[in-house]
Amino acid sequence: MAGGGDIKIRPLEQFQLHDVWGLGSVHFTQANAIMALGAALVLALLYFGSRPQAVVPGRLQALAELSYDFTYRMAVDQIGPEGKRFFPFIFTLFFFVLMGNLLGLVPFSFTYTSHIAVTGALAIMVIVMVTFVAVREHGWKFLTYFFPAGAPKFLFPLIVPIEVISYLSRPVSLSIRLFANMVAGHVMFAVFASFVVMLGGASILGAVAAAFPLAINVVLMGFELLVAALQAYVFAILTCIYLHDAVHLH
Amino acid sequence: MDVAAATKLGAGIAVIALAGVGIGIGNIFSALVTSIARNPAARDQVFGLGILGFALTEAVALFALLIAFLILFT
Repeated sequence: MAGGGDIKIRPLEQFQLHDVWGLGSVHFTQANAIMALGAALVLALLYFGSRPQAVVPGRLQALAELSYDFTYRMAVDQIGPEGKRFFPFIFTLFFFVLMGNLLGLVPFSFTYTSHIAVTGALAIMVIVMVTFVAVREHGWKFLTYFFPAGAPKFLFPLIVPIEVISYLSRPVSLSIRLFANMVAGHVMFAVFASFVVMLGGASILGAVAAAFPLAINVVLMGFELLVAALQAYVFAILTCIYLHDAVHLH
Repeated sequence: MDVAAATKLGAGIAVIALAGVGIGIGNIFSALVTSIARNPAARDQVFGLGILGFALTEAVALFALLIAFLILFT
C-alpha cells in the first residue's frame, strides 16, 4: 500500500447487519444479539444490585439504587404524581437506549440504536402509548388538546392543523434525533480512522502526522460517551414530557 | 459539471445549516453563563436545562451532517 490513495472511505459499511444465527427465514443478527446482551446486563445489574439489601450499599447496590432513583425522579418531576404509574416504562426505555448507545462504543461491537428501524419502532411505541393514555384519561376531551382553551375562536382553522402536525411529527423527530446522533458519531470515528490509515501508508512523515487523527479519535470517544448518555436521557425525558401533556392536556 | 464534483459541492452546501446551529448553541450557553452568574445557587437546576437545550440543538446539526453523509457516501 504505497500511495494510500487507493483506499476508499466507506464509513457506512459498519452499519450492515450480519446473521449470527439463522434458521430458514428467521434472521438473528448481531443487532439482536447486542440487544439481548444489553437487556441481560440491565437485568443482572438490578438482580445482583438489589440482592444484598445492605443499609450501607456496596458499589453494585449503589449503582442499582442510583439508576432507580434517577429515573424515578425524572418520571415524577416531569409527569407529576401520576408519573409513578409510568416509571417502569420510562426505566425500561431509558436503559434500553442507554445500553444500545454504550455497548455500541465497545470496539467491534454494534450500535443497534444506529438503525432507524429500531429507534422508529421505539418512537412509534411511545406515541401510540401516549395517545392511548390521553384517550383513556380524558375520553373525547382529548381532542381539546389540539385547540388550547384561551385561543381566539377565529384562529381555529390555523391552530388545529399546526397542533396536529406538531403532534404527528413528534415520533419522527424523536427517532431521527437518536438515530442521527449515533450514525454521525460512528461515521466520524470511521472517517478519522481511515485518515490514520491513509497517512500511515503514505510516508515516514505521514506516519508521524497520523498521530493527530488518532488523537482526535481518542477525544471523540470521550465525547461520544457523553452523547450516548445524553441522548438516552433526552429520549427518556421527551417521553416524560409527552406523557405529561397526555395526562394534563397542556 | 460532472456528478462527482456536484456531490462534493452539495455536501458542502448541506452543512451551511451548521451556522444556525452554532448561533443557537452559543445562545444557549451565553444564557446559561448569565443565569448562573446572576444566581449561582440555581446552578444545579439550570445546568441540566442547558444541557437538554444543547442536546436538542445539536440534533439539528446532526440532521444536516446526516444529509451531507448521505450525499457523499451513498
